[in-house]
Amino acid sequence: MNSNWMTIGRIDDIPLRGARCVKTPQGKVAVFRTAENEVFAIEDRCPHKGGPLSQGIVHGKAVTCPLHNWVISLESGRALGADEGSVATLPLRNTDGELSILLERRLEAAE
Amino acid sequence: MIVPSSLARDAGIAVNRGIVVDDGMMTSDPNVFSLGECAEHRGICYGLVAPLYEAARVLADRLIGGTSEYHGSVVNTKLKVTGINLFSAGDFAEAPDREEIVLRDASAGIYKRLVLKDNRIIGAVLYGETADGSWFFDLMKRGIDISQMRDTLIFGQSYQGGSPLDPMAAVAALPDDAEICGCNGVCKGKITTTITGKGLTSLDDVRAHTKASASCGSCTGLVEQLMALTLGDAYNPAAVTPMCTCTELGHDDVRRLIKAKGLKTIPAVMQELEWKTSCGCAKCRPALNYYLVCDWPDEYADDYQSRYINERVHANIQKDGTYSVVPRMWGGVTNAAELRAIADVVDKFEIPMVKVTGGQRIDLLGVEKEDLPAVWADLGKAGFISGQAYAKGLRTVKTCVGSDWCRFGTQDSTGFGIRVEKFMWGSWTPAKLKLAVSGCPRNCAEATCKDIGVICVDSGFEIHFAGAAGLDIKGTDVLGLVKTEDEALEHIVALTQMYREQGRYLERIYKWAKRIGHDEIRRQIMGDPEKRRAYYDRFVFSQTFAQVDPWSERVSGKDKHEFKPMATISYNQAAE
Repeated sequence: MNSNWMTIGRIDDIPLRGARCVKTPQGKVAVFRTAENEVFAIEDRCPHKGGPLSQGIVHGKAVTCPLHNWVISLESGRALGADEGSVATLPLRNTDGELSILLERRLEAAE
Repeated sequence: MIVPSSLARDAGIAVNRGIVVDDGMMTSDPNVFSLGECAEHRGICYGLVAPLYEAARVLADRLIGGTSEYHGSVVNTKLKVTGINLFSAGDFAEAPDREEIVLRDASAGIYKRLVLKDNRIIGAVLYGETADGSWFFDLMKRGIDISQMRDTLIFGQSYQGGSPLDPMAAVAALPDDAEICGCNGVCKGKITTTITGKGLTSLDDVRAHTKASASCGSCTGLVEQLMALTLGDAYNPAAVTPMCTCTELGHDDVRRLIKAKGLKTIPAVMQELEWKTSCGCAKCRPALNYYLVCDWPDEYADDYQSRYINERVHANIQKDGTYSVVPRMWGGVTNAAELRAIADVVDKFEIPMVKVTGGQRIDLLGVEKEDLPAVWADLGKAGFISGQAYAKGLRTVKTCVGSDWCRFGTQDSTGFGIRVEKFMWGSWTPAKLKLAVSGCPRNCAEATCKDIGVICVDSGFEIHFAGAAGLDIKGTDVLGLVKTEDEALEHIVALTQMYREQGRYLERIYKWAKRIGHDEIRRQIMGDPEKRRAYYDRFVFSQTFAQVDPWSERVSGKDKHEFKPMATISYNQAAE
């Protein structure tokens, strides 16, 4: 097995239409909770200039980057509208409110 | 660097002010041609690019055996310097056979001068308002007899009688390589081909795809004209610009309806006003949140998730994701204890940069988000509260040392500035609000480019408003002169409340004032004591809910989740 489900906390830890950060060996991950109580995990790095997406305003299933207002889809990780680029999305599991994300096991992590 | 004229001279080619060329761009040596800045044609050296293109066209034709002739260029210059609109073309020296038409409106900052000879325009200078530059230039180049429209000529193209002139003509006449958007370097051709190529129909689309008018917005009018030209009847600019793509309603309508329908939450606004999206977007949500905070100060619960990150975490996000922290320094006055506390915080948290701001504050840059509450706790112990350098709200009141120290000071400008700041801090406004108080007309606090400024004089306080020193540079206008500090405070506060109630989100006071009319503002604030008092009272009421220091709230645990990661996964955990 070369990947792990890691428990990160409960859905209630994230405000509605908000996000929290998870620090991982592979960089920061932003975990979002939409108005409809859906949860998404994506890399916390805007494809434009690396802005922290977890700090943006969440609307629908998208977030607006706080640095230059790119709008990123939480489902696909792709930039919406006319901008082009995408961030990695991570598998996220919601088991009765307990959230876990799937991290790939890297060589250096296995040492 | 090679100096072309000396190169030519060394080669035995005739050089006067520049390399002398004939109408075929040929130098005195039939095997050598010259054009551009180094060439002199009929006694003229051109320093602009347009004549170069015209000369190059002639030369190209000559090189393939043609017989084109260059007869010189009529040149025009449009300066694009922030805050200065200047157009000049042709010849405007005085001479006995020439006439002038001059229009001068000093208070509006407009000056137009046309030089005529034989009923034809031979020179034009426009300052302040240059929209007709290309029209005058066209009349000049084509040598049109203007005697029929002489009486109205100076007023520009849209004031000419006869068959209605196409207001788009000037834009239509621009070449494809004419730069429309200076911020993002977008030319006309790029905009028109993108509109047709991608089938764009709205200004927002054009902004998104070409970036034209997407930065400072000063070219929006031109871009809209290009859209109208390119799309013809298919382009139907709505009379009201919608707030965003979530609604057809403009800011003013939304504000009116919030009041009229008594809407008191964001979901209620979206439901009642039939928003097209389920929970808005990053443009409308912060605007709605402000309108609700402003209109229902006692009832509305601020929606933090609809605030831009800076207003959510009470610091300014930087390009690398760290934050900057600016403690409030009333009127820009500090002391040894405060400075020591700041120095200790800088050492303790290893803050990489300390910078003095234009608003007389100290900015601590590069603070990690997780450190913010601890930084605030330490600053709070020294008596600091948030300087709200991030707020669409009252930022700073800049002061000079006034009558306390200055040999020219007429009033206690420092004390009054501090009083205003203590009265108004914490208030949210449509856009940032910066004030200044100068103790005499020498104006060391630079009050005449602020949103609201005060110039102290012997006879009292001259209140100024609607200045700008950012994307636009604009001196303030005088609201009026009052005798006492108390009166000055009441007028400033009333003006601020009027702006709070009428301004569109992100609209600075000078833009709002231009829209409403400076006279109307003077009429209500200076001329109508009842109205002024009512504005003042509403501001004071709203302040009872607004003056809570956000830093100390957060030091006591509010929004704790904002400042900590949800989880930290270590290498070992990930590897298990």
